[in-house]
Amino acid sequence: MIYRETGQFKTSYATDQQIFPIRQDRIGVLLLLVAAFVVVPLVAGSYWFNAILIPFLIFALAALGLNILTGYAGQLSLGSAAFMAVGAYAAYNFQVRVEGIPVLVSFVLAGLAAAGVGILFGLPSLRIKGFYLAVATLAAQFFIVWCLTKFPYLSNNSSSGVISVPNIEMLGFTFDTPQSRYLFVLTIVSLLALAAKNMARSTTGRAWMAVRDMDVAAEVIGIPLMRTKLLAFAVSSFYCGVAGALYAFCYLGSVEPDGFSLDMSFKILFMIIVGGVGSVLGSFLGAAFILLLPIFLDVTMPWLAELVHLPFDSATVSHIQLMVFGALIMFFLVVEPHGLARLWQIGKEKLRLWPFPH
Amino acid sequence: MQFFFEVLIGGLLSGIMYSLVALGFVLIFKASGVLNFAQGAMVYFAALSLVGCMEKGAPLWLAFILALVVMTLLGIATERFLLRKLVNQTPISLFMATIGLSFFVEGLAPMLWGNQVRSLDIGLVDEPIAWILDQYNIVVSTFDLFAAGMALLLVGGLALFFQYTRVGRALRAVADDHQAALSIGIPLQHIWALVWGVAGFVALVAGMLWGSRNGVQFALTFTALKALPVLILGGFTSVPGAIVGGLIIGSTEKLAEIYIPPVLQDIFGGNFGGIENWFPYVLALLFLLVRPEGLFGERHIDRV
Amino acid sequence: MKRLKQLIGAAALAAGLCAPMLAQAAPEQFFMLPDYRVGPYGANGQAFYGGFIDYLSYVNMKGGIDGVQNTWEECETEYNNAKGVECYERLKSKAKAFPGPIHTMSTGISYALVDKTAADHLPLAMMGYGLTSAVDGSVFPWAFPLVTTYQMQASAIVKFLKDKNGGSLAGKKIVFLYHDSAYGKEPIVALEAESKLGKFELIEIPVAHPGNEQGAQWQRIRQEKPDYVIMWGWGVMNMTALKTAQKMGYPREQMIGSWWAGSEEDVIPAGDAAKGYMSATWNVSGTAVPLIADIEKTVYGAGKGNLTDKSKIGTILYNRGVSAAVASVEAIRTAQAKFGKGRAMGPDEVRWGLEHLNITDARLKQLGATGLLPEVKTSCDNHEGSGKVKIQQWDGTKWVVLTDWIEGNKALIHPLFHAEAAKYAKEKGITPRDCSKEK
Repeated sequence: MIYRETGQFKTSYATDQQIFPIRQDRIGVLLLLVAAFVVVPLVAGSYWFNAILIPFLIFALAALGLNILTGYAGQLSLGSAAFMAVGAYAAYNFQVRVEGIPVLVSFVLAGLAAAGVGILFGLPSLRIKGFYLAVATLAAQFFIVWCLTKFPYLSNNSSSGVISVPNIEMLGFTFDTPQSRYLFVLTIVSLLALAAKNMARSTTGRAWMAVRDMDVAAEVIGIPLMRTKLLAFAVSSFYCGVAGALYAFCYLGSVEPDGFSLDMSFKILFMIIVGGVGSVLGSFLGAAFILLLPIFLDVTMPWLAELVHLPFDSATVSHIQLMVFGALIMFFLVVEPHGLARLWQIGKEKLRLWPFPH
Repeated sequence: MQFFFEVLIGGLLSGIMYSLVALGFVLIFKASGVLNFAQGAMVYFAALSLVGCMEKGAPLWLAFILALVVMTLLGIATERFLLRKLVNQTPISLFMATIGLSFFVEGLAPMLWGNQVRSLDIGLVDEPIAWILDQYNIVVSTFDLFAAGMALLLVGGLALFFQYTRVGRALRAVADDHQAALSIGIPLQHIWALVWGVAGFVALVAGMLWGSRNGVQFALTFTALKALPVLILGGFTSVPGAIVGGLIIGSTEKLAEIYIPPVLQDIFGGNFGGIENWFPYVLALLFLLVRPEGLFGERHIDRV
Repeated sequence: MKRLKQLIGAAALAAGLCAPMLAQAAPEQFFMLPDYRVGPYGANGQAFYGGFIDYLSYVNMKGGIDGVQNTWEECETEYNNAKGVECYERLKSKAKAFPGPIHTMSTGISYALVDKTAADHLPLAMMGYGLTSAVDGSVFPWAFPLVTTYQMQASAIVKFLKDKNGGSLAGKKIVFLYHDSAYGKEPIVALEAESKLGKFELIEIPVAHPGNEQGAQWQRIRQEKPDYVIMWGWGVMNMTALKTAQKMGYPREQMIGSWWAGSEEDVIPAGDAAKGYMSATWNVSGTAVPLIADIEKTVYGAGKGNLTDKSKIGTILYNRGVSAAVASVEAIRTAQAKFGKGRAMGPDEVRWGLEHLNITDARLKQLGATGLLPEVKTSCDNHEGSGKVKIQQWDGTKWVVLTDWIEGNKALIHPLFHAEAAKYAKEKGITPRDCSKEK
């Protein structure tokens, strides 16, 4: 009953095409943004910023990038962590080598660098499809990490290949408290998420979805396949690159190429599968799920083990955590293969009728 | 020149080890269309079960049989509780489900058997055969020959099995089209249980050989990453392709590791080793550009 | 009704669990343990942290650190940097009041925590790993690469080989086989400096992670026929290297590994391929060390031991864990001597203790820990404190110590640290402290 759309008439094309056509949606998103920008910084403690909110936003951004590529354009990619690495190292190099460059400019340039690399490794998609493409993107994953380890120029000639990034300074204001870093990351992520949502409903987005559904048919009706696919790779890598730069600058502070390993690519892929492929909301929900689940297990499992008085030593507890994580992923895929976003949609459908039965 | 042959032969031998792992992938993909990423974890689990049984006192042959039973049960459980529920999903969902399964098995195996690094003694020594070493100055051990023999046996056996037996034909039918196979009366559940059993056997053999080479430890799960380029090269559905792909990947990987870094070093200065990680993938990628379904894979036909 | 009963039961249990905590009023020294017990290095982590925790229990049972009891909380990092950071952030608030030094046993996680611990004012210990330029305490007041660092260790190994060859390695060929990661690349700078100084040929051969395939590398080694192979591996790479060396016929008596390539987990699975292999270490193995024997008797006798597999007691990594705990507790004792005995030490006090650590041989004898640590004397511009290692050899059943303490070439290596630290300070905009003014 609260979610009825009756009475909301659109009187212009602009209002008809807007991102959130239903008024309740608009109010909901507005409240969410207010909560995120105003309430959370006042209420949350440093642990929440440093260990939960900032990585959540960063991985949501990377998942968004992968969603654009895999969800909207249908090109399966297992190299997202490598593009994050490119973004992180590129941002570091621009910051350290160019005197006085604004941080946002180096982030944009880092994203563009990642986009360039993405286009390069996206070229095979013109010939290869499906799983073969996925395994081919693994080539990007391993090659890029190797490059970053081997060229000392990229890590400013540090003996170990590890880069340690300077603090972010904008207009004289240093972002070194957890709150300020959180707001910085939140702003960038919201803007890029808005851009993604716009892209999804534009001609580009529709072209991507056509290519995803049946690329031969898309080509037949005149969609330029090469440009569309490469654009998908470029945009996706741009998002992953910016996410990587944020990962280095606002989250860890110090990264090594091995930190952007295959495990991270799988993690991001998990996020979009669990969250729902092809949906912006799904990226956020999936990121929250995959990020929070291990922490939740970490916190509750020892407590549970104590409660049941089982003689678990810490190694067994860790093994059980791994097992439960895998089991929950499998369970989730069995129960709702379209992801959390679909559950949300079902919820909205039910809300349309509630409390009436039909 | 001598050194080139040395490296080549060493590469071919290690390539056979890769193809053993790739065989498991091929079997499952051929029969159910699922790229089972958990194969690496299954190799680890199989090796651990083998070593665990041997530690409890069983002789090698008994431990082998027990481990085989365990792997078959694991395979059947996977098919029944996981894959059956995901029958009509997208390939990517199935793939992700197998990644979830690999986490599960990676936690289960050390919990049951402990995560100590163990050595596995199968009675074969990995020392060079003296007369080959003296005559040709090439390092080949009895272990290598045994591994090569096992791989060829497996590949030959499986190829014949798929081609000439009723069950093999039924498996190929199931891989082609589940619905059609059901409609002509092929018992799907039995077929899948059989396939997973055979894949478990292959994983056990691979686990045994890799385990006695590298010790039975968590790093066995990384063998899956070496097998993926082999799959691409050989084709996801081809058993002989797994061997040919393995030989090619193994030899080129080692040759590249020896001969490419010095060239790069001359151009850029600095050290450029360690390319074994990405070279097989890049090679497979380049190969795919020429032949998108691998050497022996099935042609993918897009119908509009 | 059933639900209500369950709730009451849970509440009673929770109250019962909380009660002893409420009763205790004395503050305790809290040790944050971001450890790893699963994954490819799980066995190593289990041994190390088992030893660490056992020593803390031992100290508790003997009356605590001058009456102050130790507590600790483990958090599984799976040797993953992001998880390590999350563990740190989660346990940070508990550690804020009275922190014990934080040991992560991971170079990657240490790198990520160097800045965070400096900002949060918590002491970070990196015994034998981590950011080596933190030796320069003027730039890194909160990070302590205690006992020795990779570069000093590499230099000590070269010195050992030099002594073995009558004082000179001129004209010899040494291969450096390393794990292609930050850990493996760290000593290259030092080795290249040493090779220029000692006029020997250094060939660097990387092994891609995880290192379970080394055929090509060893075939190259077979062709090069070096006099020595210095191995810098971790995990499966070590075992594979030993077995492949055996296959290629390279004598293991000419192989010498770093201290993370010289534990029972590496050599026992390799079987007789490992016989004759040498490695560096700062602690001996075995239960002959009085402290280790006493820990086994006291802690395990009372059923409070951390390891379920008692055969690991006395292994290299177990003893190393004990040595790390000994160094940490001594730092707290040093702080107590200055700031007030009998009470738990706050962050600045523990930091001061770590920076003014002075563990002498006599003190080690007193603790029964002779052989677990060299003499360690830290200061503001030398957070390392020792730089000494011993060389040991595997005889097939146990590690046999071959030498006395060997110190790396400090005059050659420490300036490299200071240069790296200065570069770091410039990049991050840190103003270094003036060590001469520190007391």
